[in-house]
Amino acid sequence: MKKNIIKIENLKREFVMGNETVRALKGISFSVEEGEFVTIMGTSGSGKSTLLNILGCLDKPTVGSYEIDNVPVSNLSKNELAHLRNEKIGFIFQSYNLLPRTTALENVELPLMYNASVSSRERRERALEALRLVGLSKRIHHTPNQLSGGQQQRVAIARALVNNPVLILADEATGNLDTRTSYEIMALFQELNAKGKTIAFVTHEPDIALFSRRTIVLRDGHITKDYPVENIADAALALAQLPKEEELEANS
Amino acid sequence: MKAINLLKIAWKALQRNRLRAFLTMLGIIIGVASVIAMLAIGEGSKQSIRNQISSMGSNMLFVQPGSDNRGGVRQDFSQSQTLTLADYKALKEKNTTLTDISPQVNGSGQVIFANNNWPTSIHGVNPEYLNIRKLSVKDGSMFTDHDVLAATKVVVIGQTVVENIFKNGEDPIGKTIRFNKIPFKVIGVLAEKGQNTFGQDQDDIMLAPYTTVQKRIQAATYLQSISASAKSENIAAQASEEMSSILRASHKLKSGDENDFHVRSQEELISTFSATSEILTVLLVAIASISLVIGGIGIMNIMYVSVTERTREIGLRMAVGGRGRDILLQFLVEAILISVTGGIIGVALGIGSTLLVASVMSWPTIITMQSLVISFTVCAITGIFFGWYPARKAASLDPIVALRYE
Repeated sequence: MKKNIIKIENLKREFVMGNETVRALKGISFSVEEGEFVTIMGTSGSGKSTLLNILGCLDKPTVGSYEIDNVPVSNLSKNELAHLRNEKIGFIFQSYNLLPRTTALENVELPLMYNASVSSRERRERALEALRLVGLSKRIHHTPNQLSGGQQQRVAIARALVNNPVLILADEATGNLDTRTSYEIMALFQELNAKGKTIAFVTHEPDIALFSRRTIVLRDGHITKDYPVENIADAALALAQLPKEEELEANS
Repeated sequence: MKAINLLKIAWKALQRNRLRAFLTMLGIIIGVASVIAMLAIGEGSKQSIRNQISSMGSNMLFVQPGSDNRGGVRQDFSQSQTLTLADYKALKEKNTTLTDISPQVNGSGQVIFANNNWPTSIHGVNPEYLNIRKLSVKDGSMFTDHDVLAATKVVVIGQTVVENIFKNGEDPIGKTIRFNKIPFKVIGVLAEKGQNTFGQDQDDIMLAPYTTVQKRIQAATYLQSISASAKSENIAAQASEEMSSILRASHKLKSGDENDFHVRSQEELISTFSATSEILTVLLVAIASISLVIGGIGIMNIMYVSVTERTREIGLRMAVGGRGRDILLQFLVEAILISVTGGIIGVALGIGSTLLVASVMSWPTIITMQSLVISFTVCAITGIFFGWYPARKAASLDPIVALRYE
């Protein structure tokens, strides 16, 4: 049996706002094994963002347990959580969150700056390798404003890969991209997953979910569906099938 | 996080906003530069006053008559006649701290040679007076103790007197001049000394044996003052004490009585005049410091703007593993980098402008290491002080909120 990367049991998250208690997650349980590609779907208000924060070790559950790579997070301090994020999680955001006026290489190096055990030489080598993986070897000295949206997201993916995380956590990673570039990014995710990376992809777009292997649907703080995707779509194939004129537009 | 990474991150963040960083620095640059320049000018003027007073003899002491008390009526000290030759003799015999001592009686009047005349003053002194006042005879010679004993009518005259009464360039030595109708033979000319700090012409004098001046000009036996020089500058204060006690004994003053004389040292003069320029320096530095504080507030302002503007960056840094402390240090280091870089440029500019003032306006300036160290330290502390609150604000952000900040 493969080891669990994510293990959540009866997880609840409540926020106290004034006199009211908002129950964002009302007791959910699921596990994700190493090498899985999971899509977490849900409309706004479903508790999707709250779950994402907890999965990303930015937040802690009120009740229940969450273990990432067999490390329970409930009792960890802020600094220990930061350390855990640095070692085990790669974040990818809808709006890329790259540092402006900073080269792709330096952006990718960033997580390793917070890891004292990585030398500057190793940092550089690993950043170059990550950029090569996402196909941006020729753009390492470009700053974000010299890169297209798709390229910026690739830099962000490289940044998420550079610390060899056990979990890549993508938050609406294709939300700001056109269809064609979205497919390109999904193809990259599929490629990374094929290489054994565990990916959790949070989105509200059902067609994106088709590219993953498993879908978890959240609604009102509960998991309503959790099923393996049949007929997984091949993003590379979908990309090839896109009409030509769109290709022109996307590249213009 | 490693210190080197911290510096790198902070430096890169500043690089991203070079113009802004420079403009923020400008406040610090101007502040530091003006503090250094003001201190240099203040120190320079203090030193030049000190030098000028020292050139008159820094170990010099002089005794003036004090207020006299006649039947309960206190007298103006210039009127009093409490200093006598007996005092001079007592001081000369009993002192252990003095090298030279000379009584002094002054007279003023018109000096005449041929058809030229000139108003000047005559000092009746003994030959030791030259050493006390650091005077020297350029031509001819000084009168001797024998002249003092015999009260001969000889004078040594200053350069200003020479210029005003020997207008045709005659050699003054050996000539007979008249002072208040009394004929004196010129036996020496003093080397030029120029003006002193207070604008007095130190060359407009004539020196004669004090016995001569007492008998021929003043017809009096009291002294205007007694000048002396201590063995060294360091024991001037001690010498002054000793002179007081000798004079008290000589005047038979009881322990409760007020001194009827004043012993003054050049040190006192120096400190009086230094105090004046000290106040000026403090004022100048106070004004300059205000600009340093304004510079610090500038840093604080920009750091606050920067924290708000870079909220998402902070969120991201936290997400990829930056701890609160790392973020705090990053912003603190940025603030310190701004202030320290500004400080370095400020020091350079301060030295530069001081040299410029010194060469263009030929003001005396002294740049002390102390002033450089102090202003530099102050600006580094400014960076920490004014950078702390914005950095705290950055470090206390919640990464979840910061990442979604619009």
